[in-house]
Amino acid sequence: MSKKKNSIWTFFASVKLALFVLFILAIASIIGTVIPQNSPVDVYVKQYGENMARLFQILDIPDMYNSWWFTTMLFLLALNLTVCTIERLPSVWRMVVLDNLKTDLGRLSKMQPNKQLITSKLPEEAAVQVRAGLHDKGWKSTEAARDGGILLFAQKAPWTRLGVYIVHTSILVIFAGAMIGSYFGYKGSVMIPETRSTDTIYEFGTRNPIKLGFEVFCNRFTLSHYPNGAPKEFRSDLVIVDDGGKEVARKSIIVNDPLSYKGHTFYQSSYQSYEKFLITLVNNETKNKELFLIEPGKQVQWDAEKVAFGIINRGMTDTPGKFTYKIWFSGGDTSEPFWIIEGDTTVINESGKAYTFSMKEFYATGLQVTKDPGVWCVYIGCGLMLFGLMIAFFFSHRRVWVYISRENDQTSVRVTGNTNKNKPAFDKNFETVSHTIEEKLT
Amino acid sequence: MTSSQLFGISTLGYLLASALYIATLLFKTKKSGVVASILTLLTFLVQTVGIGLRWYESYEMGMGHAPLSNMYESLVFFSWSIVIFYLLLELKFHNRIFGAFAIPFAFFSMAYASFAKGINQEISPLIPALQSNWLIVHVVTCFIGYAAFAVACGLGFMYLLKSASSDTSETGVISSLPKLSVLDDVIHKTMIFGFLWLSAGIITGAIWANSAWGTYWSWDPKETWSLITWFIYAATLHARFTRGWQGKRIAWLAIIGFVSVIFTYFGVNFLLSGLHSYGSS
Repeated sequence: MSKKKNSIWTFFASVKLALFVLFILAIASIIGTVIPQNSPVDVYVKQYGENMARLFQILDIPDMYNSWWFTTMLFLLALNLTVCTIERLPSVWRMVVLDNLKTDLGRLSKMQPNKQLITSKLPEEAAVQVRAGLHDKGWKSTEAARDGGILLFAQKAPWTRLGVYIVHTSILVIFAGAMIGSYFGYKGSVMIPETRSTDTIYEFGTRNPIKLGFEVFCNRFTLSHYPNGAPKEFRSDLVIVDDGGKEVARKSIIVNDPLSYKGHTFYQSSYQSYEKFLITLVNNETKNKELFLIEPGKQVQWDAEKVAFGIINRGMTDTPGKFTYKIWFSGGDTSEPFWIIEGDTTVINESGKAYTFSMKEFYATGLQVTKDPGVWCVYIGCGLMLFGLMIAFFFSHRRVWVYISRENDQTSVRVTGNTNKNKPAFDKNFETVSHTIEEKLT
Repeated sequence: MTSSQLFGISTLGYLLASALYIATLLFKTKKSGVVASILTLLTFLVQTVGIGLRWYESYEMGMGHAPLSNMYESLVFFSWSIVIFYLLLELKFHNRIFGAFAIPFAFFSMAYASFAKGINQEISPLIPALQSNWLIVHVVTCFIGYAAFAVACGLGFMYLLKSASSDTSETGVISSLPKLSVLDDVIHKTMIFGFLWLSAGIITGAIWANSAWGTYWSWDPKETWSLITWFIYAATLHARFTRGWQGKRIAWLAIIGFVSVIFTYFGVNFLLSGLHSYGSS
């Protein structure tokens, strides 16, 4: 198969296609930001009418970023990038490894920038000076005898020609990472009430149960507020139980600081309250301890200690959203009600015994659970992209040739240079180099 | 002194500096240009102190976070980024005329922050999702990009103005604008710079999203619009590198790109709903 004749190949290698795909992707992406995504069908019917809603369903608009046609566009971009790279890389590589001492001398005199110096020194002597001049400015030169003269050549950063291909490859690496994630990973969520555990989570969208293969136990969930009542922190104390009931990991997670175990990551995402309370009671003398889940207005017995208690009232505190509770507590014949702020601990003296009484609201923590084995691939791609962009934008392949030859009893020193980008900067660079050479020659 | 007083002074400073830069362009008075530069630098220092003070004030109030957490603070920072980018540009290219097309952006951003309805100027506590070191990294990278694109857009206007003018006299206003080839080069370089930082901004956002929500990309409107903006600039760079687009076309693309930036920045917050909603007030 001849690449040149194959029109399909040329089509996929064209920059026109890249520009077209970028344009279409940009336009199509707008649709999904204007039309709400992943809403129930009736939302679309209500907002856009029955016919439009049906059309949306046909075109997968409600989940357009995962639709076959959007994925096809992304695939087309990836294919375009791949073919472009295969098409162009060999010739760019040839430029990187090119032996510039074989450059056609006729072309050198036509290249810009260009400067001819005349000296009375002999060519061999001049070459020494030129080499020193180049060296002074950080150019390491090689040389060869050409057509009775001497050609010196020096270059900087030839490999930076590959910068743009590093960027293109990085996009493919990111795509690969995303594909690994979507085939071998999942995203789901789970609600775990405090003091309970689970070994199953539910996939987003489908709500299919997924077995984790280990257990996640939520010891406590705490919610704290700023003085103005705005939520400050959601914190879940999680324990992972694996290997037949052993505790293998423990972490107190907050938003922005998840827990990872065996490729699964648990993120704090929401919570649920039940209008119930967790009471921890400790007999300070015997260290006898018990945990109770109670509802307001219902009396609870601790038979072992022969105490009874209950929540009988609720009051406001200075912090909005934070409440204080009136507790009735009896250890025998007498009882003295007291107030306690949710989340606090107090000591009660009742019928000659001291108890430590802790109270907190009972919550379930809402966790987002993801398994994404492709994320490292994506990050490598991102790093590669920034590295490639920097090379492609800020570095250039700069070359300098100096041809020394004898002409009419004088020595001609012709200095030429070439860069693949940012010519104005190179021209200045060239000016200083040729000036240094000139000084060395006089 | 409070940070809001310093921001008030900054707004006024940028207004005066804009006027001086424009006067320099119109009347070709060299001295006013020097005064404009000095005033811009001084105002920039006042604004920098203001940002630092607001940061300090948040600690005093017991919240302690970088002043980059809501629309007001981001507008102040946007203005700050434009000015520092512009000042470096002025230093590099030794041309004050650019200021007439750049500093007004900084002024409008400050004025909008101070006077627009529905913009909350209070220092408010950080919601749990924003409590991360990625906040500073993400916002700073994005806004360096935005600032560069704002300046590229201003230069795009300058280019179109110059190229549309038939006024070739030595004394006209247009003649004091830089040469078209110079403008074209500066627009291109500014866009390249912005593109690199926009890419970094999207990447830092993705990493942050992954550490907060477990997904580095969720096609949230803000993410999607930043990608659309990225596509526009990527297409522009390809058109230039491989198809040799220059001049007017690139100037137009600098303007179109910036419209997309503005939509990513404001439009998404006000017109579309999504995960980035904390930026809207």
